[in-house]
Amino acid sequence: MLDPQSVTHAARAPLLSVNNLQAWYGESHILHGVDFDVMPGEVVTLLGRNGAGKSTTMKSVMGLVARRTGSVMMEGQELISLPARKIARAGIAFCPEERGIFASLDVEENLMLPPQIRPGGLSREAIFELFPNLKERLGSSQGTKLSGGEQQMLAIGRILRTGSRLLLLDEPTEGLAPVIIQQIGKTIRALKEQKFTILLVEQNFRFASTVADRYYVMEHGKIIDKFANSELDANVGKLHDYLGV
Amino acid sequence: MFEIFGIPSQALFGQLLIGLINGSFYALLSLGLAVIFGMLNIINFSHGAQYMMGGFAAFILLQQTGLGYWPALIIVPILVGITGMIIERTMLQWLYKLDHLYGLLLTFGLALIIEGVARNFYGSAGLPYRVPDSLTGGQNLGFMFLPNYRAWVIVASLTVCISTWFVIERTRLGAYLRAATENPALVGAFGINVPRMITLTYGFGVALAAFAGVMAAPIYNVSPQMGAELIIVVFAVVVIGGMGSILGAILTGFGLGVIEGLTKVFFPEASNTVIFVIMVIVLLVRPAGLFGRRA
Repeated sequence: MLDPQSVTHAARAPLLSVNNLQAWYGESHILHGVDFDVMPGEVVTLLGRNGAGKSTTMKSVMGLVARRTGSVMMEGQELISLPARKIARAGIAFCPEERGIFASLDVEENLMLPPQIRPGGLSREAIFELFPNLKERLGSSQGTKLSGGEQQMLAIGRILRTGSRLLLLDEPTEGLAPVIIQQIGKTIRALKEQKFTILLVEQNFRFASTVADRYYVMEHGKIIDKFANSELDANVGKLHDYLGV
Repeated sequence: MFEIFGIPSQALFGQLLIGLINGSFYALLSLGLAVIFGMLNIINFSHGAQYMMGGFAAFILLQQTGLGYWPALIIVPILVGITGMIIERTMLQWLYKLDHLYGLLLTFGLALIIEGVARNFYGSAGLPYRVPDSLTGGQNLGFMFLPNYRAWVIVASLTVCISTWFVIERTRLGAYLRAATENPALVGAFGINVPRMITLTYGFGVALAAFAGVMAAPIYNVSPQMGAELIIVVFAVVVIGGMGSILGAILTGFGLGVIEGLTKVFFPEASNTVIFVIMVIVLLVRPAGLFGRRA
């Protein structure tokens, strides 16, 4: 079942275009030429086993890996040589795998920390509509005292204020209870309706299949396959091989 | 005239006042060290020399331009703070990823150079700096005589310390600073210019030292070794309060000043060592310091 919207998107220029992205941690060469595109309004998921390079790809796009080469284009602007703060200013917001909630900041301060980089971000009220639990925890003294699910919602909620239209979500469901995972899924679909573009890293392709338009599969620091959500059923066998599930 | 525990009240309150004055300087200096350590991960051993630069800059400003105490109190911290920012940009920024030891060695070397230069031009003898006319004299409180300038030092130090605490713990700018202390990479990934924040933080910490130096000039005279004498005690204060703790630095600074003053009254022989004895005990019982968070 092909989403008619993604067909029209495909005809336009990509919002994010990554070409021959290579990255190193110290001496070890982690990414060996990663290529993928994300169209405006799409939810694209990077799948792959542990250590395939998914998170490193995301961090390299965000400028958080010291040594990287290739090309990362956002709305036609080359980001590969820019520091992370300028990449953020180009309109990319990042929600890290470890969530990155600050222990020395209370919940309110954590939520308000990322500066607005362009107009059009969600208001606090809109964020609390997506995450009603967060509003109840506003008085909480320390951001890290929240439950894992609440921390994840806080980590996603705070980047929605910034006005960035491209969100990088690194394993947002990791270690969470099924009911929380469902809520995260609902949130991602709501954000998609609000025309956010989302690049998702996931190991859990069942979860990914409830939100994603397209998939790229990674192995050994490279993209080895790609398909649309409509082709998922035909590719389940291959995916099981790729992911070892 | 009355007595407390067999001690004349004049002597007791006199030492208490000296304790509070010393505590004012301990608090200002250890606050600067705590702010710098928190953000830069560097133990700023040149802090004493930068405090001395504050005193000398006030002295030179008066000699060369006739600008007195009050203008100096504003201008000197800015000027010395700028020299700090230059040091951060040209030297310290290359050391953040290395062990604390490298920052300590570099700033220790800088301290020796700064003190050597001061000694070369002005000798080792103390240079007098007059109390500003508006703060000469004092108040007779009945139980003791309170010199106006000393009262001012205590009030000014408390004000600066509390304002700094407020900015760091209660404002948006402070939230950036605390977040960047915890996870600078992620704060950068939100679009915040962390390197510039670090430079300004070091400049501010150094400016605090210079501010203390200007305030100290009328009390202790200006001399090249004025910082070296004080900084050893201040480091003990920082260790007792807990490296990087803002509130710890302030409370410990004033508290230890008072304890030191009272020791002078009740057991004068121990007054020079009491702070170090406390430091040893705190290190044994609470290695992270009284207000420190375990890393």
